[in-house]
Amino acid sequence: MRFGVETVAVGIGAFLALLGAAFARDSQFEAHMWVLFFVLLVSVVVMLRTATFKTAGTKQADTSGYFDEVVKYGAVATMFWGIVGFLVGVVVAAQLAFPDLNIEPWFNFGRMRPLHTSAVIFAFGGNALLATSFYVVQRTTRARLWGGNAAWFVFWGYQLFIVMAATGYLLGITQSREYAEPEWYVDLWLTVVWVVYLLVFLATLIKRKEPHIYVANWFYLAFIVTIAMLHVVNNLAVPVTFLGAKSYSAFAGVQDALTQWWYGHNAVGFFLTAGFLGMMYYFIPKQVGRPVYSYRLSIIHFWSLIFLYIWAGPHHLHYTALPDWAQTLGMVFSIMLWMPSWGGMINGLMTLSGAWDKIRTDPIVRMMVISVAFYGMSTFEGPVMSIKAVNSLSHYTDWTIGHVHSGALGWVGMISFGAIYYLVPKLWHRRRLYSLRLINWHFWLATLGIVVYAAVMWVAGIQQGLMWREYDTQGFLVFSFAESSAAMKPYYILRLVGGFMYLAGGLVMGFNIVMTILGREREEAPIPGSQPVTQPAE
Amino acid sequence: MDYQTLRTFADSWGLLFMVIVFVAVVVYTFRPGSKKEADKIAQIPLKEDKSPNEDDKE
Repeated sequence: MRFGVETVAVGIGAFLALLGAAFARDSQFEAHMWVLFFVLLVSVVVMLRTATFKTAGTKQADTSGYFDEVVKYGAVATMFWGIVGFLVGVVVAAQLAFPDLNIEPWFNFGRMRPLHTSAVIFAFGGNALLATSFYVVQRTTRARLWGGNAAWFVFWGYQLFIVMAATGYLLGITQSREYAEPEWYVDLWLTVVWVVYLLVFLATLIKRKEPHIYVANWFYLAFIVTIAMLHVVNNLAVPVTFLGAKSYSAFAGVQDALTQWWYGHNAVGFFLTAGFLGMMYYFIPKQVGRPVYSYRLSIIHFWSLIFLYIWAGPHHLHYTALPDWAQTLGMVFSIMLWMPSWGGMINGLMTLSGAWDKIRTDPIVRMMVISVAFYGMSTFEGPVMSIKAVNSLSHYTDWTIGHVHSGALGWVGMISFGAIYYLVPKLWHRRRLYSLRLINWHFWLATLGIVVYAAVMWVAGIQQGLMWREYDTQGFLVFSFAESSAAMKPYYILRLVGGFMYLAGGLVMGFNIVMTILGREREEAPIPGSQPVTQPAE
Repeated sequence: MDYQTLRTFADSWGLLFMVIVFVAVVVYTFRPGSKKEADKIAQIPLKEDKSPNEDDKE
């Protein structure tokens, strides 16, 4: 029977979850274990229904080609979680503009906000990284994924992590560490999944047929290894009871804060940057049909990026109890990071040299180019904001939110969209996408959405910062916090508009991808200039 | 090993280590003859990508 052992294991897991619910020491853990129980129970039913019982000696599944089935699932999951994450983003933006939309207790802003950040970073971005890394490592090593069904475990284990994290937030379970909110038992599960992911990736590299390891794999590997290290150290905690949701961090005070931001900034550096740079170094050359502008620059890009990024975290703790020299260190490394970031950006953009017309004629290339442009913009803005004098104005304001979104929507989102648009026709063996013109719609909706979002947040953030530091002649603060909040209302509504446009673009993409998978092709005029000028018949 | 020791270590030996690593990476990457090899590696993604079993040495 196919997946026999796996089905039994999931069944045992469901039983253990039931026991966990029965003996839970607090109501949150009990509710969460019920969620886990039903998720695993449904999984067992689905696995049993798809099981095929073959007699011994029947032909095994073909394992000589590339393992692309899991990449297909990953592409669909990326699309699904992307739309969910954008939707929750629009909802939380609406909650900020119209506080009546906070529906207590499950759907108030405090619980929805980590749901949004985790959905876009870990569910959307994480699935995009999983899918593309599995695809790219096979193509560039010319070897099938190592470990047979291990890649399936990584994929489904990761989805379980997402479901447990998301439902935990809504139930109010959090260890209140930014981008690492899931509690200890969910963290432990992710650790197991991640170690298997690392094994699959590393072992595939080891059994490669290509003598050299292409640079995209270096970036993917740095992402996997560093995230493992960050995740384990940042989540070192002692649970109050093994049958309860609450745990306490192994660190205290400013050490705890620094560990958190060492993790937090490197989640940006290695999850949202290094991994997606791996994507950039494979899919841009592929889509453009030209090798990367300078392979040697990409090597320097890699080493300097990973050596510098890991030190930049303290810039999140300017003017706190963190020692002054550590703040300065974080600032200096953040500013130095500008160089490798821009080296990489130029390398990505210059890959188009000699094929610049493709920006006009190929909407996928256009999407990738805007993504790299946003990468350049937000990696310039980041170092500027890490300078203490600037940070004293920008920190804790909406400027930070705008910065994060120009990086996440612009760089991470757009390069992922480009990669998915590239992958789907390939994976499902379609001649082309359902519609290239819809990519154009997606491109403009998303780009204008980001521009509205980021520009509004700049204005909002700077106004906020200026209001907070406004003193009168006697040295009293001029504005109360509530006044500065009230002043944000028009900006928050405009931000909602920007976010909605981005979501609309995501929906257009979802439609395009579904139709492509169904094998449909829209009859449409080609993009002007994309077809060679017709020659007279011979 | 107190705070001051660590901090001094970071801005002396730590700094030196990072500079050496960076210089070594640059020197290694731009060593004579590396361009030919780099150009060859850069072609890896552009090779045939349907199956791991076909050789397209051309």
